[in-house]
Amino acid sequence: MSVVTVQLFASYADAFGAPQLEIPLEPGSTVADLVRRIQALPSGDLLPASPRVAVNRKFAAPDKLIGSNDEIALIPPVAGG
Amino acid sequence: MKRAGVVARAIDPASLIAEVQSPQVGGISLFLGTVRDTNDGRTVTGLDYSAYTAMAESEMAEILSEAGERFGVDSIVVEHRVGALRLEDISIAIVAAHAHRQPAMACTRFVIDEIKKRVPIWKREHYVDGTTQWVDPTHESGASAL
Repeated sequence: MSVVTVQLFASYADAFGAPQLEIPLEPGSTVADLVRRIQALPSGDLLPASPRVAVNRKFAAPDKLIGSNDEIALIPPVAGG
Repeated sequence: MKRAGVVARAIDPASLIAEVQSPQVGGISLFLGTVRDTNDGRTVTGLDYSAYTAMAESEMAEILSEAGERFGVDSIVVEHRVGALRLEDISIAIVAAHAHRQPAMACTRFVIDEIKKRVPIWKREHYVDGTTQWVDPTHESGASAL
């Protein structure tokens, strides 16, 4: 089991009351596994069914494997411009 | 040259135009996004923009690269501002230069459309009644359900 840091922004940071989360993950976990872990937390039900996740500053597919040194962020619906 | 930046200061369109200007250029297209006083029927008094800066800059750089290939434009600069903005402030400026006008104009349109889809930047609107809300373009009303 390793712990990954997940960066939060905007409405998601407000929902969890924090700019980041520390999530324990089994080796071999995927983005989808991580999302399920986060959705099981208090306030996790405020997230959409399939929130966008960035791994190493790129949008990641649900089946992408997560490494212990990856930079991970949960990305709320974007509204730049 | 291509440059994409997230900045926490006022955007100066003239300085961006100067970055792309050259004797080979015959057309410069400039797009500015500015803060509007209404959204979804509510009176807006100001905005806060925030960003996942490292990814926003790399994603914008990727968009500029795609735009360059698609339209044959070598000179494109974009700056997106973050922090507290007032009405009429410039939130984003995109400048593209080419020998001819059409590639330059197509380029700025493509860049703003792609930024709105995939660059991790968010805005929180402040309303005249003192409330605030994150804008969610995927939500029916445009306001965040969170």
